[in-house]
Amino acid sequence: MSDEVILQVKDLKTYFTVDEGVVKAVDGVSFDLHKGETLGIVGESGSGKSVTNLSIINLISTPPGKIAGGEVLFHGKDLLKMPPHEIREIRGNKISMIFQDPMTSLNPFLRISTQMVETIVLHQKIDKKAAKEKAIEMLKLAGIPAPEKRIDQYPHQFSGGMRQRVMIAMGLSCNPEILIADEPTSALDVTIQAQILELMRELTRKLGTAVILITHSLGVVAGMCDTICVMYAGRIVERGRTEEIFESPRHPYTQGLIRSVPRLDQETKERLYSIPGQPPNVIDLPDCCPFYPRCERAMDICKKKYPPVVSFENNQSASCWLYGKEAQNV
Amino acid sequence: MSDRHEVLLDVRGLKMHFPVKTGLFSGTRGYIYAVDGVDFQVKKGETLGLVGESGCGKSTTARAIAQLYRPTAGEVFLNHKDLTKLRAAELIEARKNMQMVFQDPYASLNPRMTAGDIIAEPLRIFKKNGLLVASKEEIDDRVEQLMEKVGLSRFFKNRYPHEFSGGQRQRIGIARSLALNPQLILCDEPVSALDVSIQSQILNLFKDLQEEFGLTYLFIAHDLSVIKYISNRVAVMYLGLIVEIADANDLYKNPLHPYTEALLSAAPIPDPKIEAKRQRIILTGDVPSPDKQRPGCNFYDRCPKRMDVCKKVRPSLKETEPGHQVSCFLYHKPE
Repeated sequence: MSDEVILQVKDLKTYFTVDEGVVKAVDGVSFDLHKGETLGIVGESGSGKSVTNLSIINLISTPPGKIAGGEVLFHGKDLLKMPPHEIREIRGNKISMIFQDPMTSLNPFLRISTQMVETIVLHQKIDKKAAKEKAIEMLKLAGIPAPEKRIDQYPHQFSGGMRQRVMIAMGLSCNPEILIADEPTSALDVTIQAQILELMRELTRKLGTAVILITHSLGVVAGMCDTICVMYAGRIVERGRTEEIFESPRHPYTQGLIRSVPRLDQETKERLYSIPGQPPNVIDLPDCCPFYPRCERAMDICKKKYPPVVSFENNQSASCWLYGKEAQNV
Repeated sequence: MSDRHEVLLDVRGLKMHFPVKTGLFSGTRGYIYAVDGVDFQVKKGETLGLVGESGCGKSTTARAIAQLYRPTAGEVFLNHKDLTKLRAAELIEARKNMQMVFQDPYASLNPRMTAGDIIAEPLRIFKKNGLLVASKEEIDDRVEQLMEKVGLSRFFKNRYPHEFSGGQRQRIGIARSLALNPQLILCDEPVSALDVSIQSQILNLFKDLQEEFGLTYLFIAHDLSVIKYISNRVAVMYLGLIVEIADANDLYKNPLHPYTEALLSAAPIPDPKIEAKRQRIILTGDVPSPDKQRPGCNFYDRCPKRMDVCKKVRPSLKETEPGHQVSCFLYHKPE
């Protein structure tokens, strides 16, 4: 990881208009991604993790969705203002994605070779034969046995773990600067998950790719990520280096989340902590802290105003009124 | 819990083979050996965790115990009565003592029934079959009482499943399973579809209910840390067979079977310091298809410690120390 920032997300807002009102799926998200960094975005379902990342590469379908504000600067150029033909040059080439379910993100009618060659030819401007060689090389890197034969097979001939390997090979085939992985291992078994995470770690390190890893699993981020953003109800409530977030979580939601996961390495004699209540509905959310109905340390001000981002000395930051005085506002 | 050591559920040699048919009129081409000879016991008041990867036969085992599938072979004794021998009418009565909670709270509740009707359904079925005498008011009272027990307001009685969140739906499913005061609840991945903060609420609910009603659980999950938290004893399944059974803490401290070791080392721990230091055993390959019976150990192809004998002879579950059974030739010689 270097100091060079390659992606800057500034105050990103993505809203969906539905019959019941406006869903503020992402409501003012900001973060930086450095070269070679692995950034984890954690949160529960509906917290806006996936929408954030679809917004980054401008894949929100309009209507019902709309990017209502903010900037996504990739090497200083705003992806949100780019005309479609320009962003297509970047999407799949400089920034590529891996989705949760490899069966629905591969085309079942086309051979793996067709799908991989298409991407490589489009972005790297090389002929089909060279592209196929490149594809075979990538499949080999991704640990697929006999890639020369397997490349001419169809997606259904691969197992779940193998399909995810194909997706990784495809995602990395154009040497992207950023790989966005949206719950890449959630559909896989534990032993296969370990294989895939190991593969991602090894390949992205070798190729120097920065990764945005979206997951609901605290265990996965703990093992994979340099930095973490914790999302709740469309906003980042806490951000910092992985060790520090786990060592001294500041936001009550992060604290609760870490305490409510049963641990494999500890004898659990006492009762597991659980955060009371449920995540809020993000339709027409009032401008207050969305976590206050579930928060043990809620105060009066939490019901009135959304807390500002408070930065701590170790680059950790949290949005919580508890830290109004002791830290400097930025 | 004075009768703690009494065996409630005794599963012996349970096999569930599903025929594979090629076409509409052609015969059987082969079998899927989903569960291929499983033996275990569950004592009164305890929780037996059943863990394994997808396709290992966990759910099939639960369904074969509940007689939702009629097992190919083997016996299932609940309170010393063999369920596999019962006729349909007798089975309804026997199911009073055995209920199920399913994984997907979206698919396991009828969208056209209200929460109250869903919870009352087992009671009404029993009433219809002449197994329960209860007035309409008594059933209503019971439903309200159950809803309060699982943490749902009784005012939600007339709402439909789509009006509830995933966690609340799972509470409805749990209330339904409690309606007949069963002794045993078969929980098939009841928390896998839930978010982390909701998952811990439901796990605690299971624990509270167990304490209050002296329930016995067979608890299926693929998440090892969930299993560890909820279970007294744990059985690890691989490809239709149990490879290891032990006391929960013992299993996690001292895993014997190479598969259990790999499974434990593959599970992520939410602590970056521990994660950085951990040595993982990464298994090669995928779980093979259960479409053939192997002469040797089912884990042979992926086992990092395999020996020649493992290919030819199938190991059986043997006790290595009190309460710890393992099926592996590393710990006992083939006969």
